[in-house]
Amino acid sequence: MAPLLAVRGLTIRFGGITALNDVSFDVDAGRITGLIGPNGAGKTTCFNCMTRLYQPTSGEILFKGEDLLRCSPQQIARKRIARTFQNVALFDHMTTIENVLVGGHARFPGGFGDWGYEAQATAEALEILERLDLAQFARRPVRGLPFGTRKTIELARALMAKPELLLLDEPAAGLSHEEVGALGTSIKRIAAEFDTTILMVEHHMQLVMRVSDHIVVLATGRKLADGSPEAIQNDPAVIEAYLGTV
Amino acid sequence: MAAANAGQLSRVGVAIAVIAILPWVVPSFAVFDLIYVGAYAIAILGLIVLTGMNGQISLGHGAFMALGGYVVAVGVHAAGWPYWVGVPVAAAACGALGIFIGLIALRLAGVYLALATFSLAVATPSFLKHFKSVTGGFGGLSLDSVTTPAGIPLDAQHWLYYVTWASAGVAFLVTALLVRGRFGRALRALRDDPIAAISFGVNPYFYKTLAFAWSAALAGVAGAFFAITTAYVSPDTFTFALSITLLIGAVLGGIMSFWGALVGALVIEFLPLVAQQVNAGAPSVVYGVTLILVMLFVPDGIVGGVMRSIRRLSHRPPQPAFEPSVQPAAPVAADQPSRE
Repeated sequence: MAPLLAVRGLTIRFGGITALNDVSFDVDAGRITGLIGPNGAGKTTCFNCMTRLYQPTSGEILFKGEDLLRCSPQQIARKRIARTFQNVALFDHMTTIENVLVGGHARFPGGFGDWGYEAQATAEALEILERLDLAQFARRPVRGLPFGTRKTIELARALMAKPELLLLDEPAAGLSHEEVGALGTSIKRIAAEFDTTILMVEHHMQLVMRVSDHIVVLATGRKLADGSPEAIQNDPAVIEAYLGTV
Repeated sequence: MAAANAGQLSRVGVAIAVIAILPWVVPSFAVFDLIYVGAYAIAILGLIVLTGMNGQISLGHGAFMALGGYVVAVGVHAAGWPYWVGVPVAAAACGALGIFIGLIALRLAGVYLALATFSLAVATPSFLKHFKSVTGGFGGLSLDSVTTPAGIPLDAQHWLYYVTWASAGVAFLVTALLVRGRFGRALRALRDDPIAAISFGVNPYFYKTLAFAWSAALAGVAGAFFAITTAYVSPDTFTFALSITLLIGAVLGGIMSFWGALVGALVIEFLPLVAQQVNAGAPSVVYGVTLILVMLFVPDGIVGGVMRSIRRLSHRPPQPAFEPSVQPAAPVAADQPSRE
């Protein structure tokens, strides 16, 4: 079966620095793929190429066989690809439900006033908020909510896009120990309940090993290894990349 | 939510009633001032959409008012149009210019956009003086005064008052419907975090250009009523100071709420008059000090301050129409964190 997302020979240079060097990997439909690597390995750069915030120097990113590099950034959501951001990029002066509704921007055509799809979109947004235990925050401005809540709202916004591919950029960053524990369970639950494929950049090794079906390891812009969590844990090159830099 | 809407509707009802009764309880000369308030309110509404909701700062909306005013003046003066034809044509012309300027604005953010639009405002009077054959040059163009249509028992001044405020009502209604829901959310999402908004499919070129065009069209309508009310346009009607005055009105009134347009319009029309009475020697000092005090104590504008006080008094959780208190006119691009 063809992979949902195929990255082929992805290379990007910023001035003299090669941030990604001939990186290729697959993301299979219905699985959770972890993208790991030491700081500066090029993980978020890889995400930013997929969501078209960066233009790679060469290579292909095929989503269901279609080259994403031909799309503009605002067309990516229409392909049913949604993401979260490393540093929580919410719309701070809007309410929780408004944030989530922007997540559905590409799915619902426009309308004038309250006509059109507004009622349907709002109902769906509320349902997602309820499923993520956020309903109580629906009418609250997101600014000032606790960090963990804000991260979950970002996730709700991404889910509102009904993504076939969900890109999570460091979902565990900044969360407490208990929150990380709960996060692992909820990522698995979300993949199943919302029927989506997840590609996740993460530093928290325990979380990645527990959640991922498949892991891709990047180091200094190159792919070091990919395989099952067990295979990765025992891969000498991976161990060296992590422990060797300590 | 339903309760909030009901509250909002009753406030709108009170506002309409006050506007309808006002010209009968104020002295005759003040009716004239209140017509200008209506025109200012339409222009400031445009700035609230553009700057408050979309984060694009324009210091050049006086130029759009000039175009609107001159479209009406030239149309009526040279082509013999009725006034009511001039207003929508002015809106359309300014909307078209707004699309053009909006496309340029896509490449500029924050203070750079403010400066670029400011240069537009500065250039406008010279431009008007240069094309004498159309604009009448330095002397401007005179129009016949508006007369009440036959059968309506109002004097000309009251008739013009109601026409202006009815147009303002239409402008507010259409704008409110336009920015409700998906469109308004897209504008505000682009203001708060353009990269996240784009990632969810919000086309920045489309929405930012349209916000600019809509806001310019509203300024054009305001300019049209300026011309009709004064029955005269000249380059000095639309100096760069007008553009700055509009932004002052928007920020003082409250750039995050449509109510800010009404309050801001009242302030910019009447504050100079009040300042004159307080100290005839240095009215601009009184004006300036008032601005500083408002910005110091209610940085989210008069409407924002009043809404916060009401909320505090009634101990309700915040239920803002648009959003909570916010830094006025914060340059959007400047404080975006980088993403890698």
